[in-house]
Amino acid sequence: MTAAVPAMTAPVPARTAPVLEVRGLSKHFGGVQANADIELAVAAREIHALIGPNGAGKTTLVAQLAGMLAPDTGSIAFEGRQIQALAAHQRVRAGLARSFQITSIFRRFSVLENLALAVQARSGTSLSFWRPRHEDTAIFEEARELAQDVGLADREEELAGALAHGEQRQLEVGLALATCPRLLLLDEPMAGLGPEESERMIALLAALKGQIAMLLVEHDMDAVFRLADRISVLVAGRIIATGTPQAIRADAAVRAAYLGDAESAQSGPRSR
Amino acid sequence: MNQRSLAIAGIVALALLPPALQALDQVFYIGFAARILIYAMAASSLNLILGNGGMLSFGHAAFIGAGAYTVGILAAEGVGSAWVAWPLAIVCAAAAALVIGAISLRTRGVYFIMITLAFAQMVYYILVSMKAYGGDDGLNLGSRSAVGFGLDLKDEFTWYYTCLALLAVVLYLLNRMTAARFGRALEAIRENETRMEAIGFATYRHKLVAFVIAGAIAGLAGALLANQSSFVSPKLMHWTQSGTLMVMVIIGGVGHRYGGLVGALVLLGLEELIAEFTLYSQLGVGMVLLGIVLFAPQGIAGLFQRSATRPLP
Amino acid sequence: MSGILLLEQSLNGLQFGLMLFLLAAGLTLVFGIMDMINLAHGSLYMLGAYLMATLAQATGSFLVALPLAIVATGILGVLLEMSLLRKLYQRDHLAQVLATFALILIANEVVRMIWGAQPMMLATPAVLSGPVDLLPGLSYPSYRLLVIGVGLAVAALLYWLVTRTRTGMLVRAGASNREMATAMGVNIKRLFTIVFGIGAMLCALAGALLGPLLAVQVGMGEEILILAFVVIVIGGIGSIRGALVGALLVGMVDTIGRAFLPALFREFLPPQYAAGLGPGLASILIYLLMALVLFWKPQGLFPARG
Repeated sequence: MTAAVPAMTAPVPARTAPVLEVRGLSKHFGGVQANADIELAVAAREIHALIGPNGAGKTTLVAQLAGMLAPDTGSIAFEGRQIQALAAHQRVRAGLARSFQITSIFRRFSVLENLALAVQARSGTSLSFWRPRHEDTAIFEEARELAQDVGLADREEELAGALAHGEQRQLEVGLALATCPRLLLLDEPMAGLGPEESERMIALLAALKGQIAMLLVEHDMDAVFRLADRISVLVAGRIIATGTPQAIRADAAVRAAYLGDAESAQSGPRSR
Repeated sequence: MNQRSLAIAGIVALALLPPALQALDQVFYIGFAARILIYAMAASSLNLILGNGGMLSFGHAAFIGAGAYTVGILAAEGVGSAWVAWPLAIVCAAAAALVIGAISLRTRGVYFIMITLAFAQMVYYILVSMKAYGGDDGLNLGSRSAVGFGLDLKDEFTWYYTCLALLAVVLYLLNRMTAARFGRALEAIRENETRMEAIGFATYRHKLVAFVIAGAIAGLAGALLANQSSFVSPKLMHWTQSGTLMVMVIIGGVGHRYGGLVGALVLLGLEELIAEFTLYSQLGVGMVLLGIVLFAPQGIAGLFQRSATRPLP
Repeated sequence: MSGILLLEQSLNGLQFGLMLFLLAAGLTLVFGIMDMINLAHGSLYMLGAYLMATLAQATGSFLVALPLAIVATGILGVLLEMSLLRKLYQRDHLAQVLATFALILIANEVVRMIWGAQPMMLATPAVLSGPVDLLPGLSYPSYRLLVIGVGLAVAALLYWLVTRTRTGMLVRAGASNREMATAMGVNIKRLFTIVFGIGAMLCALAGALLGPLLAVQVGMGEEILILAFVVIVIGGIGSIRGALVGALLVGMVDTIGRAFLPALFREFLPPQYAAGLGPGLASILIYLLMALVLFWKPQGLFPARG
């Protein structure tokens, strides 16, 4: 596949090197091609949305980037460093965190404890056997700040499993944020959210915009077009277009391949 | 604080047991009580990985055997000092746990159960085939280990208090561990391993450390068990022994800080008690275990207190 | 000479492997479909052997006793499933281990109470007590040939049942995806009971056939249970084909290893090492095999779940 980068690709902003650069990434499952020749660059501090119909290979790509699924071929550079040999937890420590499409939190732990664990992961060793953890006030202070940031300040003591779905999604993003990432892989953060909860999540992500680069995989086109600086379109395992929201909206191939049927099935791009 | 007073009360009660048994003219039971303490140690070590870590190891008897045989082989070679044999037993068991854990922890779920079982079977058969050290028939130590300082472990009182002191130290260490960063991370791995990786924890390494610690403690229990009867045999490592330890943890309370102790006490006590009345004691034990599964799913300790795995306040 | 010996040991391995398959087939289905660890599977095997020994003595006929023992064990299995085990399907593996471990204790004591602690003798049927000349220089016990024949026939029957019949299809659907089977309107409860009953009958068949070759005694179930677990883990939990391949592999490797490894070691090692190492390695060979298989294929050779 040589024509992986279509002509309409918007250049990465020139002053900053891309924080993430993916080249020729492919993955087969048995005879099924999950994705092929993925070329993708996320610039520092941009929100780069990745859209595409169900089964296009978005979650596979996120898993490959996060180190939870080994690609067959291709390379992944994070901040100029090749990371495809790193294990998942090492990528997180390098500054690349992810959230999950299907909420993955510590359900039997409190909200504060959830966040404290994520803080613990990056501050000092966890092979500490003697000092009681509850004396570790620093990590709980940071956890409280994070709870504040993701809008769960008044739910700190609640069991994560007892939170409303929308709050769990906020915690999901909070866990990723707690690792102090420089690039956040967000796998459908709006999944299953009602309109009000979606607004809260959009506000949360908008507040982070400009501080952390994000690769936002999302079906909610409203959210995508409001948040994204650039959009890549993944169809049947291949990136068919990358560009600004305006360019993508205008692109005939994208409309035909994706937005056309999506508009009838889901909330298509709306203007406000 | 309640926890602490409970622990102190427990230790005092256990310390008063030998004089009480002597007063009742039941000195025979001091040895039996020591055996319970040793099994409590072994079951508590299993509880660290099974209860706190969620690793269903079905081969824990291998580490008890490694510890016991270290003491047995050293004794056969003329090394009878506890100060040499017991630390070596711990080291050997830990080494075995490192190798077995490093391979087994790459598998998940049922496959983990089965591969730990397979490794324990290998250790079992290797020792059966070691004819130089008794093979199938086992190995007589001749005597309990020597500790010096004018102490004689052959004295049942000294032996009991030695076991009690070591158990108290082990339980204290385990409690510190589970309340520290290490233990909280271990419980979180049990709760959601994928998420732990996704927030940057080296979960495999963390589980392996827990596995090795549990193996080391089981090795100490094995060293004590070898001394208890001055005899080691491959039967210590039979898979039903691993099953028995698992049963102790389950009835005592999975992940409960005193689950191993309660489980050993209940299971061995029950066996002894039922044996008073019938030749077929295992029938009664089996019935009680079935009753526990069906009517007390959280184990005995769980009947009185919520599990230690509940979230932090 | 050594070729004849190899052939003879291969037949032994085949026979042992087929018997392991009878045990593993039921175990893998219960495990695969119900996600249930049943440590008491070996106890059904033991009960089958004891029933067979008793019935053979009472009736004086191997052939009359065999179906009776199989049916009796099957009924026991069904009763066990309906009274207790079905309560455990929804519980975690720990509860299943505890409950079925308790069942082992109970079964062993009950057997001791009824039959005593001494092993029971189960005689080979008189017609089959002599050897048969298979090849010049290779005479093989005719009873073992019967065991191989029955084993092959049952394996073929089971394979047909699972791959060609409607019940078998449902069983396979259940093993790979329980929700789907439920969605297809399968009466899961009845299916589980049937599968468990068949598993118990296969246990009894294995126990009855192996009875004359091994001692019928308390504890016989525990030893072979672990081998059956090794088989289904190698084969892939829930897969009948995996159970067959795994059983034959384990049977062959174990038998041939035990027959030839000690001699092989004596060739290359000084006797003081060879005496211990040979038999030692031979007895752990199948566990090494399992560890190797899991290393390369963590789901076994024929994973039932996608």
